[in-house]
Amino acid sequence: MKYLDEFSNPELAATLLERIKSTCTRRWAIMEVCGGQTHSIIRHGIDQLLPDEIEMIHGPGCPVCVTPLEIIDRALAIAASPGVIFCSFGDMLRVPGSSQDLFRIKSNGGDVRVVYSPLDALKIAKENPDRQVVFFGIGFETTAPANAMTVYQAKRLGIANFSLLVSHVLVPPAISAIMESETCRVQAFLAAGHVCSVMGTTEYPPLAEKYKVPIVVTGFEPLDILEGIRLTVRQLESGRHEVENAYPRAVSTDGNPAAKAMLTDVFTRTDRTWRGIGMIHGSGWRLSEKYAEFDAENRFDVRGIRTIESTLCRSGEVLQGLIKPHECAAFGRECTPRNPLGATMVSSEGACAAYYLYRRLELTPVAVHA
Amino acid sequence: MPELTQVITATPNPIDLSGWTCPAPLRDSPTIVMGHGGGGAMSGELIEHLFLPAFGDAADGELGDSAVLTAPAGRLAFSTDSFVVKPMFFPGGTIGDLAVNGTVNDLAMSGARPLYLSTAFILEEGTALADINRIATAMGHAATAAGVRLVTGDTKVVDAGHGDGVFINTAGVGVIQDGVDIRPTRAAVGDVVIISGPIGLHGVAIMSCREGLEFGTTVETDCAPLSGLVQAMIATGADIHVLRDPTRGGVAATLNEIAKASGVGVTLVERDLPIPEVVGNACSLLGLDPLQVANEGKLIAMVAASDAETVLAAMQAHEYGRQAAVIGRCVADHPGMVVARTGLGGNRVVDLPIGEQLPRIC
Amino acid sequence: MCLAVPGRILRLFEADDTQMSDVDFGGVIKQVCLQYVPDVAIGDYVIVHVGFALQKLDEDSALATLATFENMGLLKEEFGDGFALAAKQAGEPIPGDGSLAVTTRNGAIR
Repeated sequence: MKYLDEFSNPELAATLLERIKSTCTRRWAIMEVCGGQTHSIIRHGIDQLLPDEIEMIHGPGCPVCVTPLEIIDRALAIAASPGVIFCSFGDMLRVPGSSQDLFRIKSNGGDVRVVYSPLDALKIAKENPDRQVVFFGIGFETTAPANAMTVYQAKRLGIANFSLLVSHVLVPPAISAIMESETCRVQAFLAAGHVCSVMGTTEYPPLAEKYKVPIVVTGFEPLDILEGIRLTVRQLESGRHEVENAYPRAVSTDGNPAAKAMLTDVFTRTDRTWRGIGMIHGSGWRLSEKYAEFDAENRFDVRGIRTIESTLCRSGEVLQGLIKPHECAAFGRECTPRNPLGATMVSSEGACAAYYLYRRLELTPVAVHA
Repeated sequence: MPELTQVITATPNPIDLSGWTCPAPLRDSPTIVMGHGGGGAMSGELIEHLFLPAFGDAADGELGDSAVLTAPAGRLAFSTDSFVVKPMFFPGGTIGDLAVNGTVNDLAMSGARPLYLSTAFILEEGTALADINRIATAMGHAATAAGVRLVTGDTKVVDAGHGDGVFINTAGVGVIQDGVDIRPTRAAVGDVVIISGPIGLHGVAIMSCREGLEFGTTVETDCAPLSGLVQAMIATGADIHVLRDPTRGGVAATLNEIAKASGVGVTLVERDLPIPEVVGNACSLLGLDPLQVANEGKLIAMVAASDAETVLAAMQAHEYGRQAAVIGRCVADHPGMVVARTGLGGNRVVDLPIGEQLPRIC
Repeated sequence: MCLAVPGRILRLFEADDTQMSDVDFGGVIKQVCLQYVPDVAIGDYVIVHVGFALQKLDEDSALATLATFENMGLLKEEFGDGFALAAKQAGEPIPGDGSLAVTTRNGAIR
């Protein structure tokens, strides 16, 4: 058992698709929250294989897409500061700020380094005691434990030249915000599997009850995604709205207690402005008072930066599933993956980037092969 | 056709500094200094006592300012490429191997038999002579293995902090026999797309030793000279339409470029792509697409369907084509675009990579 | 946000009083922090995100899930589409497997 190949088995995928088709009798709009799920759906061509009645709405579960513009601009200001080594996940490098991105800072001489893990940034801090090393701590609940442990280590080992620029966002408040929107079309959610590996599933039943939506905890391999959709459709067809776990091999009801304890110690809830969506109360985490000395926003004077969002960019509406990417006037014209106006075009699972690949294909005449 | 064995990691001969005019302090930790690029005695010693011995039999004469060569009959292919890879030494190879094979392969992709190479170095002050020696030795072996001579060169030195260790440029000349017409614009609807072997090895080998991403692995670069393989394919008599080596940007970049140049669509079948398991796993871990990962010893060929079997057999009989496989077709649909049929039977567009591929967390 | 991959624990060690491990992702070995999954042993599989193990993978659960899918297929064979069954037995592509032609869905752009 290696846990990957088995869950990509094409024959079992065909079986699951068949099941979904035979269960589905009307149109349903399902939102997959997690960007990784969006990526998997597109990469395997799953939404083309689903019956026409099922519409997958790509949700805002892409931390790259929703990181507030102010935070990006602060990151850019810090990265451009002399002597700073700015470490980041690769995803963030091309996200546009008000006027530039980390990639451009790098090409102008800024010391910007891509790392796989925040622990790599801590290692760089240990090896460069006379430089300020900042790690860009973005992500949902999945990534928060890693960032938490890193700053915990920094404090414990006294690595004073290390700091964290935090911008964590949380899934349950996002689900609420989406369902509270007047123009919401979402009828069910695929919850993010690895977020739930950390947090467990206890936050979701109240949401399922309040908004009358099925919420199915779903993994990322093709069979996991299809199984999540199958259970979701089954609930929708029978009028149920419960929380189900379609990813039991990695998710339990209580999640990871050790991780949750660390998160409580290192972070406190805060309001966050999701790029393109707006303020969602209590939807994020910032460093707690105990770790304030490691907060890059305290260490560097980066307040008072004026953010300028593109007036053409409609990524917020896309993120909420209110419009499709190609319904934005800038799509494919002023805004392309090479020259993105908003983060949804940059990130590999941003909805706009995903549609950019699709739409060109769907508009091209196709000869039917016998 | 003699089979040439590529010696990727060659053992350098030790440098003997007695008799050099290097200042005394350098004897203990010999490094490049500005004088080595000045064209005077120190430069001469670098060439005579380091480069020439290291290049070995591949070096032609004294590597003077210009090489006087007899023009071969036929059309000439001419190519240049510069090499700045970091780190300079990676699993299975060095920047030196890349510098020779890179230009050899560019020439081979037009169907040419590579003959002569120039080598120009830009060295950063402070670089260890032992490292230069290692690189040059690797170049000598690579050139011998590829059947090319290193006939002229140049060395410049830049201040410490203004270079990045070693930059190398190689330019090369080769000859194309009559009847061979291989161009990226010649792909035609119905052509079969063939890859010469497993993909993603070089990129994964490089990434495994990049700071911030390091991981342990047995993956080595696939850096190799492909001129022999190409000559074997031409010798079948088949009319090869396109040859291209998928280096930076991987198979995705190469197929997109050819599709646009020829005005055809390209379809791939994912299940037919030879992706070593460890490459797939490394890509899963970092969130990369194997189709966008660099290769340094592979080629893509497009030939008419009627020639596919013959060409494939010739490739599989060659050392560098043993695992050659058909991976797709050129089609009239979606001209200029590359579409892959996924393992599940869906379709996805394989896009031209934008810039450097970066690992992701999403 | 969720690119987490399964890997097998090869070696356990401590660094800076933190439980660490070498994890094998099918030929790619990386150092992974195990501080969040204390009860694991060499040979166990964990799900790893940015250098941290988040959960131990439950093998029984994985096998049960796969078995559910396989049973669905068997049920379909017993009661389901005869043409698909015949194609499968003949080793031919199952109808609807997906040719390379991309059909626009209802002619509309989705």
